[in-house]
Formats: sequence, structure tokens, C-alpha cells
Amino acid sequence: MYFVVAGGGEVGYHLSKALLEAGHEVMIIERDRRRALWIEEQLGSVVINAPADEGKYQIQAGCQRADAVLAVTGDDEDNLIISQLAKLKCGANRVIARVNNPKNEIVFKAMGIDETLSSTRVLMGVIEQELPTGGFMPLMPLTRSDLEIVEAEIAAGSPAADREVEAVGLPAGAHIGAIVRKGKILHAHRDTKLEVGDRIIVFAPTAVEQEVRKALFG
Amino acid sequence: MNVVIVGCGRTGAFLAELLDKGGDTVSIVDVERSAFKRLPADFKGTPVLGDGTDMDILRQAGIESASAFLSLTQGDNRNLMAAQIAKKIFGVGQVFAKVNDPIRAATYRGQGLYTFSRTTILGTLLHAVITGEKSIGPNLMKAAMKHDEELSADLPSVGR
Repeated sequence: MYFVVAGGGEVGYHLSKALLEAGHEVMIIERDRRRALWIEEQLGSVVINAPADEGKYQIQAGCQRADAVLAVTGDDEDNLIISQLAKLKCGANRVIARVNNPKNEIVFKAMGIDETLSSTRVLMGVIEQELPTGGFMPLMPLTRSDLEIVEAEIAAGSPAADREVEAVGLPAGAHIGAIVRKGKILHAHRDTKLEVGDRIIVFAPTAVEQEVRKALFG
Repeated sequence: MNVVIVGCGRTGAFLAELLDKGGDTVSIVDVERSAFKRLPADFKGTPVLGDGTDMDILRQAGIESASAFLSLTQGDNRNLMAAQIAKKIFGVGQVFAKVNDPIRAATYRGQGLYTFSRTTILGTLLHAVITGEKSIGPNLMKAAMKHDEELSADLPSVGR
């Protein structure tokens, strides 16, 4: 696949390196001349030294034919405008934007940029997975919807333990997609009883995340 | 009229003063406290310290009851982001954004924002004055120069 990476900072550089190693084609747009030269020394001729928020350089980098444009600078306002221009001016197939301030996820969505990645959220997910009492981890948002996938572990004392799936009391719109028990996947039928130690995969509207948490952890 | 201005630079502070003197209610947002020194001592509006692309700061500046919003910081992208928040999230009626890159200004004009580029405004005006084009130049220049004189007359030490 072909990716345009807007911004060759730490995130942009390592992301591009990983994509190249995985056999993809990459073009990085980096504003700073010295940084661009350094990336070229490391990765070869995969850099354009130009501002990524100008249509003509986006076209030069091939945003119009890229499988995805990844806006990953350290500034949310730049990532927003880069993403919008890639859509408006280049007709990019797919745009994914890095959001530094998690508050801005809503802003980006309202402005037509559906696919955002917030490093704060990703880190929160990792931390929650590692915490002994946590056991509740938003795995990922579902593209082009306000839904997300959540993984949760049924701990002793959970209000959902020893209850049947239909009696768990999840909020409207939330469904248990699968149950992982002793390394095997079980279908979540209405009358399947949840056991302590089960890990469940829940599909839920992002807005009711807190209610899902409450139904599973009290 | 309630007006929210983001960016208390020369232009923002000047416009805030004009609107304030004309009886409008003005809030002006800037990330630098020292920027508010540009406002006159008798300014009756509200300076708000914070990031103009942050919805909570904009709420604090009274954006929910504003009928006009102007983003006049030095960053084109910041202005475009703030202006889109004003328009699409808060539904402000008149939304203006300073976008010095003419191409970006034109792109977002189609999205319901009143964008303008200092580059082309000033260039067009000067061109009109130089070439003697009567319909654009003279009146605007005259109005702007009158403001210059008023501002300079406000300073007691100037010319003495």
C-alpha cells in the first residue's frame, strides 16, 4: 500500500520506518530542512521538504492516489487542516489524524475527520490493561461510527459474574460479541452464564462507555 | 452585539478597541497574558487567558451568546480550527478567520467561513492606490489613516 505521512517528527519517522519495513511505500512531508535531510539519510528518498498543509505539496507527495494520508504532527490544528485539505483538495481515499489533546476528538469528528488516534487514549488503554483491578479496556473505535470495541474481565464480585448474558444490564445499543473462557471463544447467547475470569468483548456506542463499565464492575 | 475575538495581537486589539468604543460587548482570547497590554486602559470588554481552539475557553469567553467570532492569531491553521469550532459546534452567525495563505483562504470560504488574507487585501489595496483605481482604494485608505491619527493623538508624548 501507499501512505503519505504528514510530519516527520518522532511519531512520523518511526511510523514510516515501520511501514517501510512491512513492505509498504511511504512518502513523508516534513517542513524542517534539517530534519528532512536526516530522515533521508536514515530511510532514503522518501521525504519531501515542504509544509504539509499546502495543497500543491500534498499533490506532489501523491495524496490523491495514496491508500491513506496520515497526519501525525505534534500540533492538532495542523493535523486538522492537513486532513481537511487532503480530503477537499486532493480527494484522498482515507485520512487518519493524530489527536494530541483528547478533547479534540469531538472537534475533528464534527469537522469531517472520522478517523483519529489519540496517544493519550491509547496509553490509557495500556495502563488500564496492566492495572490489576482495572480489567476494562477500550480496544478501538469502529471506523465511521460512534461505536467502539471494549474488552473486560469479569472479576470476582462483578455484578455480571454468574449472570446470564441477557441479565447483565448493559445499556441500550451495547452487545457482548464474544466470551473468551480458558483461551477458547464462546458465543454469547442470551442464556450463556458469565463466569469469573471470563474476558468479554463488547460492542458499544462510545457515549455509553461509563454505563458499560458500571454494569460490569458496579 | 456580543463579539468573541481570538488573538490579541495588533489587529485583534485594535478591532476590540473599535468595537468596545462603539458599544459592543467584546471578549478577547490570547494564550499570552502580556498580549492584553495592547488593550487600552479604559477597555470595558473581557480579556480571557487561554487557547482559542479549546472549547471550554471559548465557552468561558461567552461564545454561546456571540453573534460574531473572529480568529486573528498568527497561525492560519489555528484560525481555521477556531473558526470551524465557532461555526460547526457553536453555530455562531458570522465567523471570520485571518488566513494569510490565499489558497487556504479560498478553500475554506466554500465551507461557510468568511476567510480573508492580509496578503491579498493589502496587495489589492496598494495596487488600487498606485494605479489610481477609484472604486477600491481612496475611501478605505482614508478611513484607515484616520484611525492611525486618532491612535497617535491618544499618546500624549508623540510629536512634542
